[in-house]
Amino acid sequence: MTETAENDTTGPVTGIVTPIRLEYRYTPGTAASMFLRGMKQGEVRGRRCPSCSKVYVPPRAGCPMCGVEFAEEVLVKDTGTLVTFAVVNVNFANRVIDLPYVSAEVLFDGADTTTMVLLTGVPVDEVRMGMRVKAHWLPREQWDFSMTNIDHVEPIDEPDADYESYREHV
Amino acid sequence: MSAVTDAATPTTVLEAPHVMEFPYTRSTGPVVGAFLTGLRDRQVLGARDSAGRVVVPPPEYDAGTAEAVSAGDLVPVASEGVVTSWSWNPTPRTGQPFDRPFAWALVRLDGADTALLHALDAPRDAVRTGMRVRIRWAQETTGGVHDIACFEPGEAQ
Repeated sequence: MTETAENDTTGPVTGIVTPIRLEYRYTPGTAASMFLRGMKQGEVRGRRCPSCSKVYVPPRAGCPMCGVEFAEEVLVKDTGTLVTFAVVNVNFANRVIDLPYVSAEVLFDGADTTTMVLLTGVPVDEVRMGMRVKAHWLPREQWDFSMTNIDHVEPIDEPDADYESYREHV
Repeated sequence: MSAVTDAATPTTVLEAPHVMEFPYTRSTGPVVGAFLTGLRDRQVLGARDSAGRVVVPPPEYDAGTAEAVSAGDLVPVASEGVVTSWSWNPTPRTGQPFDRPFAWALVRLDGADTALLHALDAPRDAVRTGMRVRIRWAQETTGGVHDIACFEPGEAQ
């Protein structure tokens, strides 16, 4: 209606467009900054809790279970285990991927937290818990301070992980 | 690529611009719609209220009687008038009418009994209450308040 009114140069005006714009300077904090600097270099970085030894990826400032500050920085691998997943049949605004696609929770090797990432390279009815996957990175010249450097994960030719190895992450 | 700022020391944080925009659309209703239609034709319209005053911009309801104002009752006023009050804006911000210093002014157009707020493009030492100003129309009018680009010193041409 308003667009029509805006473009109609003869009839009565019935609507107007009133854009609102908010400009922020976003800072992700020290822990996520460390993670994003790793992404810029093609690395997956985490932090280990000195108390429970769990590795958080992306890292936080401290361990939410133990309440202690993280000290040690660790590099985890870009291979991992698909611990759970959802088959997506409906797209949402600003995200257009061929349907259906699989949104997967991946436990990267060396990490104790899972990361949600797009899974491709396998028919949706063949996706299963325990599948071994590897990150597919964007071309190096497109690497930014962003998790989106990992475009998606794809299956790799390895036996499925034993359920006991990831059961606490399901 | 994003415009991330990275001081690259382990204790510093990254920083990046983050912009949110909401392109709202609003229906104008019969009275404001008629006012904006007038602006598109480079004509300012006001509403004569129950006290006989001409109010610009026109309200949708009479301030005295609360009766609905009819779009058919709007009356034209002049494109020039007098500054009744003003405030100097020395450091304009993004999205304001000019990127150089200018005045915000209340202007009572000839034929109107109320003043309307808009930008006044004039040198600092030229602006005063009581000065005569005229509308500078946008090069292309579209039916919005920005059809009045600003006010400038002088009488209508």
